[in-house]
Amino acid sequence: MKSEKFDDDSLQEPATQRPEGGEESQEEPVIFYNETVIDHFTNPRNVGEIENADGFALVGDPACGDQMKLWIKVVADYIVDVKFKSFGCPGAIATSSMATTLVMGVHLDEAKQLTDDDVVRALDGIPSNKKHCSLMGVGALKAAIRDYEQRSEQQL
Amino acid sequence: MSERATIYFDHNSTTPLCPEARTAMLPFLENMFGNPSSYHHLGRQARSALQVARRAMADIFGCGPAEVVFTSGGTEANNLALRGAAVALKDTGRHIITTAVEHHSVLKTAEVLSLEGFAVTVLPVDAQGVVDPRAVIDALRTDTILVSVMLANNETGALQPVEEIGRAVRQRGVLFHTDAVQGFGEVRLSAVFEYADMLTLAAHKVYGPRGAGALLVRRGTPLAPIMTGGYHEQGLRPGTENMAAIAGFAAAAQQAQATLSSEVERILGLRDRFEKRLLKTIPSVSINSHGAERVPNTSSVCFSGIESESVLLHLDLLGICASAGSACTTGASEPSHVLRAMGLSNLQAQSALRFSLGRSTTVGHVDTVSEALVGIIKKLRQLSSL
Repeated sequence: MKSEKFDDDSLQEPATQRPEGGEESQEEPVIFYNETVIDHFTNPRNVGEIENADGFALVGDPACGDQMKLWIKVVADYIVDVKFKSFGCPGAIATSSMATTLVMGVHLDEAKQLTDDDVVRALDGIPSNKKHCSLMGVGALKAAIRDYEQRSEQQL
Repeated sequence: MSERATIYFDHNSTTPLCPEARTAMLPFLENMFGNPSSYHHLGRQARSALQVARRAMADIFGCGPAEVVFTSGGTEANNLALRGAAVALKDTGRHIITTAVEHHSVLKTAEVLSLEGFAVTVLPVDAQGVVDPRAVIDALRTDTILVSVMLANNETGALQPVEEIGRAVRQRGVLFHTDAVQGFGEVRLSAVFEYADMLTLAAHKVYGPRGAGALLVRRGTPLAPIMTGGYHEQGLRPGTENMAAIAGFAAAAQQAQATLSSEVERILGLRDRFEKRLLKTIPSVSINSHGAERVPNTSSVCFSGIESESVLLHLDLLGICASAGSACTTGASEPSHVLRAMGLSNLQAQSALRFSLGRSTTVGHVDTVSEALVGIIKKLRQLSSL
């Protein structure tokens, strides 16, 4: 057993100073989710995998808290099916679920325009410190579309 | 959610006020408002009540009344122990030893001291979360002025061999401090000065109010106050005493001590039942610090492949209060430093939940929570991309 000095990053910054924004008495947000978010968290839509999917993406890093897999089925440039699996916090699960509902049956060009703000708006908002979660669903969707497009190009 | 009865499995975060503490507090919230430093009869009344509370605490811990220093809570008491000893002994030596699993009120204070010219050794723990007493002794240097090791870990409940460490450290002429916030009320603490020079307590973990704690300081211990002001609390803690909270603390501490034996047995039985049920009904479950001696009320459980906040929210929607070792708040999750120090990966640490039982816990609660977890974990694992 060897001793170690303070060189690991298991601790955050030393508390010699007030956290940034402290002067403006930034209030800690009361993390809670609205009914729509809770609904998508407790009953996530489009959960599962698609066999022989046309596009697939794996995003996130479970060691950092979030990971998501997303599959799409494409017919005539329309997303005819989309499924996801997610390891993450309630914000990640709900935003992923909502993202899939927003692109189901949608043309690829339109799906590519989806932003994380669209997802947050569709959920009637999420706590501000959970906004980053919404990036994952949109990121996975776009990566899956790219995967589909690359596969299509290779087939030409 | 409101019509559903709350099941509270988060006693290590805080405990509800017990009736004994409430009764003891009320007069000081009403007509006994005097300042213990005042000359007049209201002051004398308060002064007398302060003495009664101080003696009650001293009787529990087998120390003298002058050795009880009331503070605003555990965090302040830990700050006083570390900073106060550092200031008092800075010309003797500038080396402090602590462990990787301490509460942040010790670890961050030590870290700040390390920026102020003190050398700090943070000892590792084994996979059970326990520090090796020999490692503490080996880490001692000629300039070591203080060793601080907690009694019981707030996340896992693991007990450190503080008596063995404290005796050895004191034998070598070095001050020993123990943060006993999570241990008091769970294990019997008496004759504490046989192995410790300073000991931290907090009222709200033993069914007392928030806003009161204590640092027990053995007579003759070199310690400087960390705030300047009046000569309250033996000159170690200036500020008008929070009489209601102090009276509530003393009453809660007495109650905790009086019911300790029967409660320990009862709660140990409930925790055993809880853990057995989880291990039997849910696959891939592990209990942290299972192989260590633990306080009887704490169960830290890893449900592999899930993220703890999702479990917490599902439980909360059922009216069940528990807590997690990590928090996903800013985009990067912050896994528990305790579980990481025990060698758990980030992923494992993120799958950990803490269930801490208490006086209100019944067999029915244990069964309800364990049954709820079966469904929640199954659902989240089906959803998991891992």
